[in-house]
Amino acid sequence: MKQLLTTDVARRRLGACLFLGIVLALITGSTGTANHPFHAARESLIAVRVIWFLLIGVALWVVWTLGTGPGASSVTRARRAVTNAVQPITRSKARYGGYVVLLAIAIFVPRTLPASSSYLQQALFSGAAIYALLGLGLNVVVGYAGLLDLGFIAFYAIGAYVTAYLVYTGKELHSGHTPIPWHAPFHLNGFFVLPIAAAAAALAGVILGGPTLRLRGDYLAIVTLGFGEIVQLLAINANGVTNGSQGAFGVPPLRIHLAGIHYTWSLDPLPEYYLLLGIIVVVMIAFSRLERSRTGRAWAAIREDEIAAAASGVPTTRYKLLAFAIGASTSGFAGVIFATYQFFNPQSFSFQASILVLTIVIFGGMGSIFGVVVGATLLQLLTAYLQHANVVPAEDSPIFFGAIVMAMMVFRPQGLIPSRRRSREIRLAEEGVGGADALGAAEGVS
Amino acid sequence: MSGQEFWNFTVVGLVSGSIYAVIALGYTLVYGVLQLINFAHSEVFMLGSMGGLFMARALLPAGSPSVVQSVGIMVAGLVVGALSGGAAAFALERTAYRPLRRRGAPKLAYLISAIGASLFASNLAGKEFGRQDISLSPVFDYNHVVFTIFGAAVRALDLVIIGVGLLMLLFLDRLVAVTRLGQSIRAVAQDAETASLMGVNVERVIITTFVLGGLLAGAGGFLYAAKFSASYNMGFLPGITAFSAAVLGGIGNVRGAVLGGLLLGLVKSYSTKLIGAGYVDVVGFLALVLVLLIRPSGLLGERLGRAA
Repeated sequence: MKQLLTTDVARRRLGACLFLGIVLALITGSTGTANHPFHAARESLIAVRVIWFLLIGVALWVVWTLGTGPGASSVTRARRAVTNAVQPITRSKARYGGYVVLLAIAIFVPRTLPASSSYLQQALFSGAAIYALLGLGLNVVVGYAGLLDLGFIAFYAIGAYVTAYLVYTGKELHSGHTPIPWHAPFHLNGFFVLPIAAAAAALAGVILGGPTLRLRGDYLAIVTLGFGEIVQLLAINANGVTNGSQGAFGVPPLRIHLAGIHYTWSLDPLPEYYLLLGIIVVVMIAFSRLERSRTGRAWAAIREDEIAAAASGVPTTRYKLLAFAIGASTSGFAGVIFATYQFFNPQSFSFQASILVLTIVIFGGMGSIFGVVVGATLLQLLTAYLQHANVVPAEDSPIFFGAIVMAMMVFRPQGLIPSRRRSREIRLAEEGVGGADALGAAEGVS
Repeated sequence: MSGQEFWNFTVVGLVSGSIYAVIALGYTLVYGVLQLINFAHSEVFMLGSMGGLFMARALLPAGSPSVVQSVGIMVAGLVVGALSGGAAAFALERTAYRPLRRRGAPKLAYLISAIGASLFASNLAGKEFGRQDISLSPVFDYNHVVFTIFGAAVRALDLVIIGVGLLMLLFLDRLVAVTRLGQSIRAVAQDAETASLMGVNVERVIITTFVLGGLLAGAGGFLYAAKFSASYNMGFLPGITAFSAAVLGGIGNVRGAVLGGLLLGLVKSYSTKLIGAGYVDVVGFLALVLVLLIRPSGLLGERLGRAA
């Protein structure tokens, strides 16, 4: 054990862990101003508290070093990876039991929350559930197709504005009022808007992805980033169409008038949550079927070896475009539900929001439907709790999201609850067998 | 657009274009060597600009500075800005890229890790230095009109920015073309594996490339902050514009990045007048998409090795 802690690797790791401790001390420390640029850092670091953070670093190092041991030789690792690769991925029946238990928790626990925690119910709906749906959509793009979409929230915005444009405003609102200045000559029930918005978002995705995907996967990231910005800029600046930065007001809630059933989703977050829960379960089942369909296998083939897939007759560009469109339409779908919750403004469609969805997918596990939903719930409820309890100021949370994304990529790229196929791919790619994304054959430094 | 307005916007476009060009070089160098979009480069720019700005603000005397003092403050700001940018780029490479490269991670992982680093760095800067705009009070009579072209005023600071920008571009172009370091950068860009067999220390070339890009972006950041202002989220838009510029000129191509930067600076400046200030950034993105559609390899072609 003593030998283990004094190797070269161990010493380097100690340095990294101490560095991590200092960074932790900084990001949990005090906030500074431009007039005294190093004041905040001094207060955070030259104080007794830094000792605790350094101790955390040392503890981390001990766990890390003793936990991993000397490690197998690279030959053994490579051989093991290749042996694992030919093992079939089996699904055990026991998993279904777990799903049922979790679904029961998702249904019953929110009802038992005390009234004092209404912020948690709000976070469940507007944070966790909507972002879980968005995460499921982005997971098709990042997890299945192995592409990177940094403007995912733009499709959400498209869904929301399409809703404001089309939705039934009814008689109870004073005459002439529409959520945004432009309104369709006809009115639709919110549920009929859902497929239209999904189709509009998918169309936007195809128009955007078409020219880009033909070229290079990594350019898609920056083009989508630009697209996200354009959509937000248009929403802010086109006053006459979108009502500018004020956003849309008085979007009527979803309602059902069917076969004697009349129900309206009001402002109460819980019914909205249950509606979303239902949609999420359906989407989860649909996407897990999709993953194991011919389409899903085509995506896997493209990820693992794009050239081989193309040579075997898989139309790679078309399948990438399909993933992009499916992701976009899910995002548009979520946008409708978001819009029918009374009002929205362009601030909800920022770059930060796109990155939050990406954080959720990375944290939960790329390609893991289940991981994405758990990731969304954990991250959003934790954020809501920490902000409510004033542990972390709201404006500091992006620091932690950024750190999570980076740390996951460095230490656990397969995510919290990994998809088995995806983590095997990442392992294999690291050993030099095949790939794990569809960003084009890179001839970089290996 | 009248004649004088045209020249006014041309001057503004050339000034912002030279800053875009300086940032674009960082993207292009790293892409040339690693075939990777360095998403966090915009934060290197931001941190460099903060470093230079704080240095300049610390040196600022109580009264209005004399000519010698002004020159000293500008030089100190440039040097410290460049050094902060270089340090930020070094830290970025060590924390966000090197651990992945040692493992041989897929390309997607690098992109995501860089996005995380970018989010982390910009918001940490916001926490440490406040979230307001930070500006430099005039160190010299920088609005002094040096000369006019067709009625458009060219101010002292504009000349400093264009001059320093050109100097750095020239320096980098020569560095890549004639020095031993430049030779090894081009070798790694052409074929990293073969280069390492020929005795090129690939790891060192990579880190040097990052630091070079960081030095340029940091100095450019200080100039940007002196002309406009600095804030924790200042890197985002210039960063994307500079990336578009790099693609426009042909990514991996040093001279292409300069050409692309100046062109995009001009286009954005003219569109302020022609389309409206709210939509200027839309023009930048549309330019990127159009370039990808019409000439994906850029105006001057891609390869770092061939171009320099």
